[in-house]
Amino acid sequence: MTTAKTINLELKVWRQKGPKDRGKLEIYDAKEISTDMSFLEMLDVVNEQLTLEGKDPIAFDHDCREGICGMCGTVVNGRAHGPEKGTTLCQLHMRHFSDGDTIVIEPWRARAFKVIKDLAVDRSAFDTLIQAGGYVSVNAGGAQDANCIPIPQEVAEKAMDAAACIGCGACVAACPNASAMLFVSAKVSQLALLPQGKPEAAQRALSMVRTMDELGFGNCTNETECEAECPKEISITNIARLNREFFKAGFFSSVE
Amino acid sequence: MDWLTNTIGTSIGKKLLMAITGLCFCGFLVVHLIGNLTIYGGKDFFNAYVDHLHSYGPLINVAELVLLTLAAIHVLTGTILFFGNLNARPERYVVNKSAGGRTIGSSTMPYTGFLMLLFIIFHLFNFHFADHENQTVFEIVANAFAQRGYVFIYIVAMIIVAIHVSHGLWSAFQTIGASHPKYTPLIEGVGIAFSVIIGIGFGFIPIFIFTI
Repeated sequence: MTTAKTINLELKVWRQKGPKDRGKLEIYDAKEISTDMSFLEMLDVVNEQLTLEGKDPIAFDHDCREGICGMCGTVVNGRAHGPEKGTTLCQLHMRHFSDGDTIVIEPWRARAFKVIKDLAVDRSAFDTLIQAGGYVSVNAGGAQDANCIPIPQEVAEKAMDAAACIGCGACVAACPNASAMLFVSAKVSQLALLPQGKPEAAQRALSMVRTMDELGFGNCTNETECEAECPKEISITNIARLNREFFKAGFFSSVE
Repeated sequence: MDWLTNTIGTSIGKKLLMAITGLCFCGFLVVHLIGNLTIYGGKDFFNAYVDHLHSYGPLINVAELVLLTLAAIHVLTGTILFFGNLNARPERYVVNKSAGGRTIGSSTMPYTGFLMLLFIIFHLFNFHFADHENQTVFEIVANAFAQRGYVFIYIVAMIIVAIHVSHGLWSAFQTIGASHPKYTPLIEGVGIAFSVIIGIGFGFIPIFIFTI
């Protein structure tokens, strides 16, 4: 971590006019960057400069800038969301870089994630996956008493850990095979662990896995890069749970 | 039976095939290694073991067919998964860096697997399809490992097997869904220990034969 107030950087940014454009890395200087800035604020400064020069600013995804929405994310020097553990790109601060560093910034790369422009990527494949997951049955009528379905705290915590997934796509970006297993496993787990998600568990597991394959994501080879890069530190034990849920559904349930 | 092909045909289904066949091969490696270790008992002890094994007759042929089937499933499924994974990222990253998840074993699985296939074919022609009429199995082994080239190939091959298994054993358990906070660290440890035992256990036999 640098203690300097400001640093100068050389950026190599992936520029691509549209989905059909071939794209290439272009070099920019980021001068007098405050080390208190976030990575996205640094890009804002570069974009202001580009705009003043009459050039097209770099397109990148972002929304809440608080690390909770899952919208931001690029590959920084080969690492999804940059080098810090358990951090989204918006929460990565420039103090983690040194004066004179060269930073290569690339979009998420996967067949299922098409580049829209520069660093902005179409992640609607994740929406399709969520839709494939279907619904949970909720009883109509008078509200139930609180805690009338006993759920051990440990199980509730596991479900909550899985539910921490913000759907940013870093798992796919970091996976050497561009597999979406960590994402799907988090979504399947958060519902499969709780009684509320049980009635549709078999259908959900089968449907989400089949959709995942159809969308062109790769196959998990247990490289565990996803777990290491996930900004919410979702564990690969969820992937093992997804496998169990899938086998239960495929081999032992009556769901086709 | 659509449900079966629909389940096996998915990415997780194919991985299940890899895991089960892979675990079977781990079992085979254990049996193969125990058999091979009889060579340390000397020429007669080793030949007696070979004769004892061959006395099972048709059972051996059945076992060979099972192994061949398992190999076909493992190689074909592995190839499909490998090309599927290449296809899932048509445009590669300019900068690739690991976050610390990958190991030598995990990142080289398809390549070590392919090299093992080449080695197994070589190994079968070398020993299995060798002339068994005019020489004992010990003589075949002794003749092969009297040559430096053979010793080198076999040692390199055993290192490759060890690297493949170092990821394979743990990975198979994870794929089957056997993940547990109490047992997973144990399984990971056993996987590494297993690969070391396999590598050293098989790898020292050519050296031993070369030096006697």
